Amino acid sequence: MQKIAALMRQKAQELLSSGQVQQVAAWRKGQLAYDNAPAVFTSPEACADLVYDEFCPANLSKYLLAATKKKLKTAVFLKPCDTYGVNQLLKDNRVQREYVYAIGTPCQGMLDIKKIRAHGLKGITRITVSEGVVQVETVYGTQNLPQRDVLLDKCLQCKGNAYMIADTEIGEKLATPEPRGDAFAAVKRIEALPPEERFKFWQQELSKCIRCNACRDICPACSCEQCIFDNPAAPVAGKAFADPVEENMFHLIRAYHVAGRCVGCGECARVCPQGVKLGLLNLKFMKDINTFYGPYQAGSDATTPAPQVTFTQGDVEPSAAGQKGRS
Amino acid sequence: MQKIGVFVCWCGSNIATTVDVAQVVAAVKTIPNVAFAADYKYMCSEGGQELIHKAVQDYQLDRIVVCSCSPRMHEATFRNCAEQVGINPYLVEIANIREQCSWIIKDRAQATAKAIQLAKAAIAKVRFNTPLTPGESKVVKRALVIGGGIAGIQAALDIAEAGYKVDIVERQPAIGGRMAQLDKTFPTLDCSACILTPKMMDAANHPNIKLYTYSEVEAVSGFVGNFEVKIRQKARSVDAKRCTGCGICTEKCPSRKTSSEFELGLKTRGAIYIPFSQALPKVPVIDREHCLKFQTGKCGICSKVCPAECIDYTQQDEIITEHYGAIVAATGFDLLPLDKFGEYGYQDSPDVITSLEFERLTNATGPTEGHLVCPSTGKEPKSVIIVSCVGSRDTSGRGKTYCSKICCMYNAKQAMYIREKYPQIDVTVFYIDVRTPGKAFDEFYRRAVEEFNVHYIKGQVGKVLKDARGGLTVFASDLLSDKHLMLHADMVILATAVKPAAGARKLATMLTASMDNDDFFTEAHPKLRPVESPTAGIFLAGMCQGPKDIPETVSQAGAAAVKVVGLLAKDKLRTNPCVAHCQENICSGCLACEKVCPYGAITAETKTVINLAGVKEQRTVAVVNQTLCQGCGACTVACPAAAMDLKGFSNQEILAEVDALC
Amino acid sequence: MLGEKVTVADKTAAPAPFEPKIVAFCCNWCSYAGADGAGTARKQYPANVKIIRVPCSCRVNPLFILRAFQRGADGVILCGCHPGDCHYMTGNYYTRRRLTLLMSMLNFMGVATERLRVEWVSASEGARFAEIMTSFVEQITALGANVKLRDLRCKK
Repeated sequence: MQKIAALMRQKAQELLSSGQVQQVAAWRKGQLAYDNAPAVFTSPEACADLVYDEFCPANLSKYLLAATKKKLKTAVFLKPCDTYGVNQLLKDNRVQREYVYAIGTPCQGMLDIKKIRAHGLKGITRITVSEGVVQVETVYGTQNLPQRDVLLDKCLQCKGNAYMIADTEIGEKLATPEPRGDAFAAVKRIEALPPEERFKFWQQELSKCIRCNACRDICPACSCEQCIFDNPAAPVAGKAFADPVEENMFHLIRAYHVAGRCVGCGECARVCPQGVKLGLLNLKFMKDINTFYGPYQAGSDATTPAPQVTFTQGDVEPSAAGQKGRS
Repeated sequence: MQKIGVFVCWCGSNIATTVDVAQVVAAVKTIPNVAFAADYKYMCSEGGQELIHKAVQDYQLDRIVVCSCSPRMHEATFRNCAEQVGINPYLVEIANIREQCSWIIKDRAQATAKAIQLAKAAIAKVRFNTPLTPGESKVVKRALVIGGGIAGIQAALDIAEAGYKVDIVERQPAIGGRMAQLDKTFPTLDCSACILTPKMMDAANHPNIKLYTYSEVEAVSGFVGNFEVKIRQKARSVDAKRCTGCGICTEKCPSRKTSSEFELGLKTRGAIYIPFSQALPKVPVIDREHCLKFQTGKCGICSKVCPAECIDYTQQDEIITEHYGAIVAATGFDLLPLDKFGEYGYQDSPDVITSLEFERLTNATGPTEGHLVCPSTGKEPKSVIIVSCVGSRDTSGRGKTYCSKICCMYNAKQAMYIREKYPQIDVTVFYIDVRTPGKAFDEFYRRAVEEFNVHYIKGQVGKVLKDARGGLTVFASDLLSDKHLMLHADMVILATAVKPAAGARKLATMLTASMDNDDFFTEAHPKLRPVESPTAGIFLAGMCQGPKDIPETVSQAGAAAVKVVGLLAKDKLRTNPCVAHCQENICSGCLACEKVCPYGAITAETKTVINLAGVKEQRTVAVVNQTLCQGCGACTVACPAAAMDLKGFSNQEILAEVDALC
Repeated sequence: MLGEKVTVADKTAAPAPFEPKIVAFCCNWCSYAGADGAGTARKQYPANVKIIRVPCSCRVNPLFILRAFQRGADGVILCGCHPGDCHYMTGNYYTRRRLTLLMSMLNFMGVATERLRVEWVSASEGARFAEIMTSFVEQITALGANVKLRDLRCKK
């Protein structure tokens, strides 16, 4: 990974100094060994701070929104899964291709610091990964953990190491984590519950929400100029508590609005400070779309129309969908 | 502050019997912004409209709610009424307290409560209404008639005579339709061809009429005043311009085994054929499925014998795109297939025939040159039994529930024809009822009974079997004498139910015209708008709208033509102002709206907009063409940001109704 | 005020039987005309059903339906032209997809999807319109008051 990071710095500096791009979206070292943050670099010198390791989970595609608005040609480092987001933004006309310089960036899975800490590790000073083993150095000593145990949830459903869009690639592709079984297993588990328990599950899950809107902000499918929840004239009430539309409706409507646009990057669930299992709602829509209308992956290209803007004459009737899994 | 006037109609006793209109008035008066409320016997009458005018002036009303019959009935009336007194017609809302309230509820308290709620919903909506102004769209001064039977021919002739261009699309190789297959017509017994052929000639030669025969409508887009229609002109394999109609090719064709569609399978034809002797245009067509040249590559005789050298085996289907201001559907009828009616023996014996087949058997140009003979033996029958209501008025689910309307009269006609020409043949008609409402109709039927001694037996035929002597045994009941009958017959004629022509539903879908459960086109109003489809610009003529005889078909075709002419006489049409519009400052330009628009009314434009931060920026936004938009609202829901809204049915208006009802 | 409660029926001491609130969204060309047809034919169906006229079923934003439930509707029914017969050619095909996904999601969230129904009713099906409404009201009456969908807004 250090090698890749060096290549990335070099590439960023090259692009900036040659004037090929006006800015570079990447990651900057945080205060700790595991809190790298997204960052935009505008000069070759600043690129010294550019880092890349297993703690760069953030999907940078949404930075391209501002880049397009400002008409700044932007180089963006994209892990394979992030490339889907860029395509979706291109499809939704939220990002103009001419302002994007997409750099495919290899990834072998991002780590979840919460899962590492759950092993009782404190005082972490350095974390490295090699051959499926995570070496955690702490002030108290070093411990090895199996990589699979501490991957981010979203990486357990990795879509593979192919870039859906890339103007250039950094280094060689790495082996990405093998996806863990059926991507929809969690959805199926809930579907199998009796309706009362499903209702209880969601009520409990969604009432954790504090309406911080982090899910909305990170989402490459949530790119509206003005969110419907921020529009008093829209057919939903506002985002605050002023009207009786609250958490559950918000998440139901948000999931509905991104259905067919959601690329399944899992960022919404990752950034949720309350740990709401938001990805499940999106996965449910993906599963339904696949079942009802045939396989569809948002963001695999920038042109295929979403399932909600197309139809076939033999489509399934709503009643069939409502009855499925009813007890 | 808004001043809303609420006007509650009694509709005579229609509303007032079940809805306490005074209580409705009292209830709505307590609602803020309702400045005036009153009830009246007939709000749509002159007196009612005067009441509205006066209230508007006396109370300076600026919005109107009328609680009355369905908006589909009188919305236009009350909009006009408002306009006359200076209120924008789109500041009027109708609460449907008749069709959807007083007529469906018997309990007065319940009906009154519902009427009040419906009034409240309408009041809630009208608060958010905005004045709207209709736009204009141009009218293409050309009409399309789909179907070249008597209905289509008549409609086209009337439109053409009024001075407008009109095209007829007929899927058969020639115009004429079902009427061309008939021998004589009731109640005057004049020869069908004698009265139809001159009309066919007129249509074919009229400078304003263009015929597309052997053609089908492939796609329809656009809307009233400007439909775009794609017509597939199937390859005839004959150059129609050069062909003289000499018919040598049809005589020399060695492939003779194909059953003739026009002769209903009672005769065969060549692979190159002219469907019937008076066919117009008199240009043959090659049935490629049965042509040796097309199937085996060998033959080519027609090409060799053609003196005009007009056979063209390479001819391709041609797609013609044309624009029309109005369309007449005149697609006619087929007979109900009899496969579910095994008891009549139609499949078992060639001597059991449909009434339409009988028409061919008695026609001088038909397969027997007009000699009535049994198809099985070629001999003249001694006794003929006619069975009414075969598949009509059927409640068993095998046939049609409706009365086919024309059968009673043609039964009498055919019976009389046999008795007149062959007095030695015994003719019996089995009937459920004899229905003869029409000018000189009952007299005609009585003549069959009284002068021509046709036996009429009220009763149903249960079974028709082939008997040992090669004839038919008919088991029936005589209801009046309560007897079971077993009769011998040499020929049985089945008065078979009519049904809309195959493909009518496909056409209706293209035209977005509605159909009933039997696939007859629905009229805009069963009594008051019987020749118009609810879809603007689509008119109906003939059997495609419901069973009817020739005079009715011709009248309806004439009426449809007048409606078409009335439309084409206008240079411009007022367009529906209830169309979509995009709030550009919040439009993200994702163009989901564009993808669901059936009219291509939404396009992407790069525009300078002031964004939410108050900054000018250039970006892609969706723009609605207000003339092309028909106001379905598909785009409004596709838009996740609610930047797209529909005038007249805005998010706020609909939500106000939702809130008022919940 | 919007949405205020109105009681016209006589109030007696006995608790009133459950009268469900039903909102029916009907497209102007088929289902609303079908509803008119039910009236013209004097086909009776319960007064609980209140119809909102929309140009096409595709005008009905799923958010309208959620809003109706939140406001206390016990049942919502959306009626449009039969697939293939849409006055606007394709509107109801989109409706079908939108409502299929919504229904499936409501079901996933454990919400009684019996409270939401989609029916295709043509202009000539007045009698069927009355039958559908009668059966829907019976179904909702049997289910009782809508608590869950209203409770979707309630924090626990």
